[in-house]
Amino acid sequence: MTSQTIGPRPSVMRRILPQLVILAVALALNVAVFPEFFEIDFRNGRLFGNLIDVLNRGAPVALLCIGMTLVIATKGIDLSVGAVMAIAGAVAASVVVDGHGWGTALLAALAAGGLCGLWNGLLVAVLRIQPIVATLVLMVAGRGIAQLVTEGKILTFDNPGLIHLGAGTVAGVPTPILIWLALGALVTFVVRKTALGMLIEAIGINERSSRLAGINSRVLLVCVYLVSGLCAALAGVIVAADIKGADANNAGLWLELDAILAVVIGGNSLLGGRFSIIASLIGALIIQSVNSVILLSGLPPEFNLVIKALLILGILVIQSPRIGNYIYLLKASGPQPEPDAPASRPTKEETAR
Amino acid sequence: MTDTHTPDAPVLHARGISKFFPGTIALDDVELRLMPGEVHALLGENGAGKSTLIKCLTGAYRRDAGTLLMDGQEIHPVSTADSQRLGIGTVYQEVNLLPNLTVAENLFLGRQPMRGGFIARRRMNEEARAVLAGYGLRIDPAEPLTAYSVAIQQVIAIARAVEMSGKVLILDEPTASLDHDEVQLLFDVIRQVKARGLAVVFITHFLDQVFAISDRATVLRNGRVVGECLLAEMTQRDVVTMMLGRQLEARTKARDVGPAGKTLVEIDDLGKRGMMAPFSLNIREGEVVGLAGLLGSGRTETANLIFGVEPADQGRIALRGQDISIKNPRDAVAHRFALCPEDRKIDGIVGDLSVRDNIILALQARQGWMRPIPRAKVEEIARSYVRALDIRLASLDMPIRLLSGGNQQKALLARWLATNPAFLILDEPTRGIDVGAHAEIITLIEQLRADGMALLVASSELEELVAYSTRVVVLRDRQQVRELTGDQITPDNIINAIATEEVA
Repeated sequence: MTSQTIGPRPSVMRRILPQLVILAVALALNVAVFPEFFEIDFRNGRLFGNLIDVLNRGAPVALLCIGMTLVIATKGIDLSVGAVMAIAGAVAASVVVDGHGWGTALLAALAAGGLCGLWNGLLVAVLRIQPIVATLVLMVAGRGIAQLVTEGKILTFDNPGLIHLGAGTVAGVPTPILIWLALGALVTFVVRKTALGMLIEAIGINERSSRLAGINSRVLLVCVYLVSGLCAALAGVIVAADIKGADANNAGLWLELDAILAVVIGGNSLLGGRFSIIASLIGALIIQSVNSVILLSGLPPEFNLVIKALLILGILVIQSPRIGNYIYLLKASGPQPEPDAPASRPTKEETAR
Repeated sequence: MTDTHTPDAPVLHARGISKFFPGTIALDDVELRLMPGEVHALLGENGAGKSTLIKCLTGAYRRDAGTLLMDGQEIHPVSTADSQRLGIGTVYQEVNLLPNLTVAENLFLGRQPMRGGFIARRRMNEEARAVLAGYGLRIDPAEPLTAYSVAIQQVIAIARAVEMSGKVLILDEPTASLDHDEVQLLFDVIRQVKARGLAVVFITHFLDQVFAISDRATVLRNGRVVGECLLAEMTQRDVVTMMLGRQLEARTKARDVGPAGKTLVEIDDLGKRGMMAPFSLNIREGEVVGLAGLLGSGRTETANLIFGVEPADQGRIALRGQDISIKNPRDAVAHRFALCPEDRKIDGIVGDLSVRDNIILALQARQGWMRPIPRAKVEEIARSYVRALDIRLASLDMPIRLLSGGNQQKALLARWLATNPAFLILDEPTRGIDVGAHAEIITLIEQLRADGMALLVASSELEELVAYSTRVVVLRDRQQVRELTGDQITPDNIINAIATEEVA
């Protein structure tokens, strides 16, 4: 321990390896039930295939989990993203129905999502309400707001520009795929090339220490909820564009849970701290692959939710710290003894004091 | 440590107790003898090992060495429930009862009187009333616990512990949140418990209370027993000396003060109601001002007020003659202030981040997230401080929580030195760290002073303060009571200032 050898930074590859393995297994299951799974056709200027479907259908959860990863990294959670999707979809739909262009609609939807994120951020960072409660407010109220915007009906539209965002293609690739890939890359780039990522992690691990080190935790907290709101808005627009209508009741329903699940499958701790957006995105793909297996297997739809639950349970069990310890012990030919849990002791000490 | 006074055998006798944590020895060959029917005060500054010792007695920690004899039989409590069954009950500062249950339910939780599979509520209430009456409490046991004050709840907790355990009662800072009358109420209860023949362990930072209620005391310092004494034969000053000082022979050392620099920080009547009485302090460049005082005297509060951890509600701070406003730590950092906090784990380290990130954190926070420090520069800064401060680590990538206390402290010092501060506040910089790191940090403080930095160092280690301070401010009851300069700075004078009731 006395030598000052400075090892290499743990590579991204090593961090996301477990997720890649699980994704490979999920895809293999797809092939098992549907051998042509990997076949991709190019027809009418568009790529077709089950793999493309996974990437395309996974777009909403992928977008949500980008923001959710940052929120969870600060030890928070955003339950409102599903409802924010509904609001953003409703806003975009009503703007084009009023005769404005798709660009205006997109901006209006993003503004609505940003506003929602800001609201969550203020509740959490300024009023210090627990994130799960603070975002629950909008989770419940959000669908009401969306219904007010659509005046209680499913608002359909036929603006080709807006529809393109959900159902169109660019160079043969469905637009939603490009949107989530681009946003994922952009946010990853920004948080890792600036100091944002480290500061967010610091807040999530120990906000008090971070504040004492001079970090403006309040502003950063508001920012992550803002980003989450913007991601949800984009997801909402895509979902609305895909069905050419805004359904305030069902758009994004329960997707907040899928997004949280994607983050967890991505190996990010709900207790905050170190995060990987890439791993979360793979988590979103894993969820979508599981959905795809169930669909392709041709089982009666009644089984869907149960099978999905079982598969997810399996994934989480494999990733649980207990099992991780066993694996660690199995290959414990390594030199280092397990550190004598100095980290867990102080917490006990605090509570007893 | 001979004791010829009490003829009885101890009800609980801890012998040679040792407890190790990575990098520190929390308890080193500690002996504690509790006689039936006595109140035994366990004294020592924070970090002396009181809490660890209590946890070893109650089974919260497993001792690494030593024997625990109860009535002559060796016992091995493995959990707090286990130790309760063996006869050791504990009451903490924060009442650990269930606020949503009634008084009687709290008293009898887990052993309620039953009738035909149901709780015999009326009988339970009657029994509770009888038990509480034994402690001089006439309250309605059917009321919810929260209907009563903290002091009453404290008594209920004691009653529960005594009823369940009945041999040893450990009171861990029971009076910390009580007012004067409530303390008297609690003392009456303690006297009754004592009269029943229990051994009571009393832990507190209030020396007056120690002398008011305790028969004997064991004093701990740095994990070792300094001594066991009959309090009737001691003065407060003796006890303070035992708690704080090893060798009180005034070590007159050639003080190399150097030329006094310009005044850097002027603090004028800075204070916050309910936290710290207004104080004034000038600190010059190339000067170490020591802050002395017992725990709770206001050392940490002083540091926190200056650094904006707790915003002051009166007074002003000037830097190089210019008034500045410090509303939060960010403001302080912007003015090149730095604070190494007392509680490393809660206020200092960001446990899961790498040592590298922890070192760079304050500098990066000051630069803002838009301007990341380039990777190569980060590496250079981190490596240079690892070398300069001799931080022992396997890799800069390892999470800082895996470092030993001393190395964590050095990494935190590195974090602040990397910001090139003009004014460095150190709150207990040497607490809970090993001897080697201890000496290195003291050398570092002297070096920084020689380089012209202004330092404010709060410490409970008197010899340490005497060694590096150019001035010492003594605090007592959240007020500045004395300022010592030059040859006045001796451990003896500091102890006098701390222990004297009224200082002119």
